[in-house]
Amino acid sequence: MSELSVNHLLGIKYLNKNDIELIFETADHFKEVINRPIKKVPSLRDITIANLFFENSTRTKLSFELAEKRLSADVINFSASQSSVKKGETLIDTVNNILSMKVDMVVMRHPNPGASVFLSQHVDASIINAGDGAHEHPTQALLDSYSIREKLGEVKGKNIVIVGDILHSRVALSNIYALKLQGANVMVCGPKTLIPKHIDKLGVKVETNLHKALNWCDVANMLRVQNERMEISYFPSTREYTQQFGVNKTLLDSLDKEITIMHPGPINRGVEITSDVADSKQAIILDQVQNGVAIRMAVIYLLASKIKQ
Amino acid sequence: MSQKVLLNATEVNIILHRLACQLIEKHKDFANTVLIGIQPRGKFLAERLTKMLKEDYKIKNVQLGFLDITFFRDDFRRGEKTLEANTTEINFLVEDKNIVFIDDVLFTGRSIRSALTAIQSFGRPKEIELLALIDRRFSRHLPIQPDYRGRQVDAINNEKVKVNWAEFDGEDSVYLINN
Repeated sequence: MSELSVNHLLGIKYLNKNDIELIFETADHFKEVINRPIKKVPSLRDITIANLFFENSTRTKLSFELAEKRLSADVINFSASQSSVKKGETLIDTVNNILSMKVDMVVMRHPNPGASVFLSQHVDASIINAGDGAHEHPTQALLDSYSIREKLGEVKGKNIVIVGDILHSRVALSNIYALKLQGANVMVCGPKTLIPKHIDKLGVKVETNLHKALNWCDVANMLRVQNERMEISYFPSTREYTQQFGVNKTLLDSLDKEITIMHPGPINRGVEITSDVADSKQAIILDQVQNGVAIRMAVIYLLASKIKQ
Repeated sequence: MSQKVLLNATEVNIILHRLACQLIEKHKDFANTVLIGIQPRGKFLAERLTKMLKEDYKIKNVQLGFLDITFFRDDFRRGEKTLEANTTEINFLVEDKNIVFIDDVLFTGRSIRSALTAIQSFGRPKEIELLALIDRRFSRHLPIQPDYRGRQVDAINNEKVKVNWAEFDGEDSVYLINN
């Protein structure tokens, strides 16, 4: 097994267990590379990658760009806010115009769920989904699992709780797929209004009491409340949300065991987690960011190796 | 498929001792020298030589590392399969060191070309030499020659040279395999 089963990374839903294992093994090698005095390898020197961000991003965009540059790919960046999209150009037209400049791979973030799947059916390039609306964010889920594997040895059999705004979160859905595929036990925890109906069909437990959830888990992945995606109020006030679903040091100290805290960023300090938790040694938030580069290098390398010359 | 024994265990052992002695002749106590096994197969030879230098020739400080060249190869996307990486273990800086690359078979020279690029990620060495157990002459694609050679072999292109190690393959031997 030395090849991915897919030509695009559209979502974790389309991957199998071997794909994830291969990505992790490749990421191990890249993690060693990015800790060298010179952190660059020439593998992708004949590949051009376009980063198309139709939605704002800091971390993911920087992480992808760094991964691409560490692999020696040529990189072009595109942000919707400064482009002809504002003038009424369609997605396919925009992308085809960019592809006619001989681009081999597209990394895309888009506010509409399914945008990357749609694109993969209509253009001739390898597509990586960097987040499509509230649907999937596969590289985030991969780096989350990779960070758990690094911290706890393996993902299989571990209890992971995803806390917060499950309804609007692509990170939650991708994480559920990835964790289930690797044999972890998954729970979601948050206000009832922010937990999608029928989510238990995905094989996850649902809990609305944070203290119970934290006592059950080995790892808590804290999500941000996505105010920008909320057209109506899902809870009475931020203060009330924090009281019920925010993690603070007192709460962590009251647990029976020491759990690991993750956060995909950006953190709203004082809302979903307090500063003393975010900066504690139980939190692996900055490890996640470092692993993100290695994971994205692995995904890009493995997909690029399937692009025929 | 037919195969012919090029070297048996006794011959491999004699050659390894000679190579070890040649290394000592040049590098004395290895104070400023590091050995780098080229992954995947050069690792075994490098480990064996290091063990010999330490145990049989009482050289205390032999620094050994392993270099994977996968991401530096020039045939990425040119073959059918994805190139699979191995582990790089170089826990020291190579700045101003004398490096000896160690590989089992020197064939086209392309792996060594990749290794020369890859090692630069770890600093600027003073000097780099190459040790190969088997030198397949007349098959080079690049102007690369070994400084220490175990045995020179004239093999035609569809023949394969396979080096076996007792630790992994059950015996020390070198075969010429004709497909």
